Amino acid sequence: MFDAAPRRPLVEVRNLKMYFPIHSGLFRRHSGDVKAVDDISFDIYPGETLGLVGESGCGKSTVGRALLRLYELTGGSVTIDGEDVATLDAEALRRKRPTMQMVFQDPQASLNPRMTLAAIIGEPLDEHAHLSKGQRLARIYELMDQVGLNRNFANRYPHEFSGGQRQRIGIARALALNPKFIVCDEPIAALDVSIQAQVVNLLEELQDRLGLTYLFISHDLSMVRHIADRVAVMYLGQIAELSPRDALYADPLHPYAKALLSAVPDPDPTREGARHRIILEGDVPSPAHPPQGCNFCTRCPQVQPICHQVQPELQQVAPARFVACHFVPPQQAPRTGSTGATTEAIEPKQQGVKP
Amino acid sequence: MPDGAQPVLDVRGLKTVFRTRGGEIHAVNDVSFHLAPGELLGVVGESGSGKSVTMMSLIGLLPSPPAEVRAGEVRLGGVDILKATPDQLRAVRGVRIGFVFQDPMTSLNPVFTVGNQIVEPLRTHMGMNRRQAQARAIELLDLVGIPDASARLKDYPHQFSGGMRQRVMIAIALACDPEVLIADEPTTALDVTIQAQIIELVRALRTKLGMAIIWITHDLGVIAGIADRVLVMYGGQVVEQAPVRELFADPRHPYTRALLKTIPKVSGVREARLQVIEGQPPILGAAPAACPFRARCGHAFERCARENPARRAVGSGSVGTGHDVACHWNPELEATDA
Repeated sequence: MFDAAPRRPLVEVRNLKMYFPIHSGLFRRHSGDVKAVDDISFDIYPGETLGLVGESGCGKSTVGRALLRLYELTGGSVTIDGEDVATLDAEALRRKRPTMQMVFQDPQASLNPRMTLAAIIGEPLDEHAHLSKGQRLARIYELMDQVGLNRNFANRYPHEFSGGQRQRIGIARALALNPKFIVCDEPIAALDVSIQAQVVNLLEELQDRLGLTYLFISHDLSMVRHIADRVAVMYLGQIAELSPRDALYADPLHPYAKALLSAVPDPDPTREGARHRIILEGDVPSPAHPPQGCNFCTRCPQVQPICHQVQPELQQVAPARFVACHFVPPQQAPRTGSTGATTEAIEPKQQGVKP
Repeated sequence: MPDGAQPVLDVRGLKTVFRTRGGEIHAVNDVSFHLAPGELLGVVGESGSGKSVTMMSLIGLLPSPPAEVRAGEVRLGGVDILKATPDQLRAVRGVRIGFVFQDPMTSLNPVFTVGNQIVEPLRTHMGMNRRQAQARAIELLDLVGIPDASARLKDYPHQFSGGMRQRVMIAIALACDPEVLIADEPTTALDVTIQAQIIELVRALRTKLGMAIIWITHDLGVIAGIADRVLVMYGGQVVEQAPVRELFADPRHPYTRALLKTIPKVSGVREARLQVIEGQPPILGAAPAACPFRARCGHAFERCARENPARRAVGSGSVGTGHDVACHWNPELEATDA
């Protein structure tokens, strides 16, 4: 359904649901769910970077963790390189782990302070690869070279490194087992501006050299524009828009994507003054009690009565562009003078009605 | 900035040192700037550049020890507040200078209601009685755009969202009608759509109330949209100072130039590779005898290691009012030499 090109996707996500139960009352009864991720589907192609953007609490990190099965999924399937990660048993999952790795946001918290750099990078090798002492050390040095860490630092501890260098350690650890797919969860959010570019360039170089596939999770829309090939915009547990990068930034279709992009400050005073900014009212609703109908209906500047009743489905509206909105008709190509078959999208999809 | 106007705040030669067990850290080195009435001065720099410590030093908010303001003067309406007694300083802080911090969750007291915290400065500093203070508190919450203000006075900080909490912080900072508002990374902890709301609010309040604002941030995009004039800080010093448009159109310091190239843009031409500033910011173990940026600078030459550059004027202005830069390298001279 999401095939933009005839290539086979490396990662296929179908109807992914991740609910966290709420227990309340004297007997801690199950009284509801936080619907962190609610029925999302997308593909990631080999060698591609898919950007996943959204505001805090929209579920983007949960998606990243669910894809690597750091959580037990509530529903849906995640097929990575032909195997459904969601249903693998413990031993099969262990054998699968080397192909899929993660780089975490906070390099301070994700590195064990009592392990040396060599021990941190070598740990996945001990666990999954059977190398002799010499081979192991050679591999550690090779990884350190790849991420630009000086070999002499192999016996130092994480606190002796700066934030940017620590993030390099985290990347080296993720690379140790030659993964195909890496989830980068806000890898630059904790770093200073001048260091961010160093890490992003490193990720890009590694991708070129090793043919890696990334899911790049970030709230920094400018950086996502730089690194991603396609971008998914999430809002309250669902994908609002999934489009190729240039199309999205030039002409966002979903009202939330429009507002989000218009809110990003532009480091250019002349352009900044000329921009039309959409200021959204209010805050994101709680994912424990999402609104009826479209989940953006409480803040949408173009809201109509239908939005409060019927949940729009993510559907293709233009080549490779997917939008979940009642008022973005398919095949928006007025400039080419296309045929007038645009009315059917406005027709509500009844299966989208929430009980 | 209107020339000739008396500055509300005039800072000269400020030096702040932290004494630690590992030795002294020279966090702020000879920082001078001024703030004109009604002006919005942006202060940009990376973590550790000294931007927050400078502002905290101004109003004696740093714990001493370990911090020590070693030199300088801070004139607020002509009076040096660095020499003020603690009592005099208390009549300045929160009254004539308001403060908004980065994280509204840690700067609001979780065990008191929001109303309580807005009323407190009104009663201590403005001598209002309970009823007057209550009425003013409602007025302030209205002003910062909190719906249903009178009911929300009874709520605790955790009952507000991040953006609403930052609005409460702004209401508290504005309670006593300050001449100067210092906002230290006020939108950094917020999501981008909420950040846009707060920036819009500050713009509106500025027009309405006319106070001067110092806005500290590491986000050049925010600065571009809101500031009149910008100070760029690096290694505890002001390395460049210019009106906002000039800074972005014609940056002179190699650090400012590199910084502007290293950030990706959300519109316009997409860069194939990001420019990188190699290396790390310096650790300020001693009073700088050389340019703090020289190790990462592409233009550094022998003089940069020998002598810390003083700020010099660019073009026709004078240091502090027009466009100035602290750098030995002069692209204009180089162009004429060649």
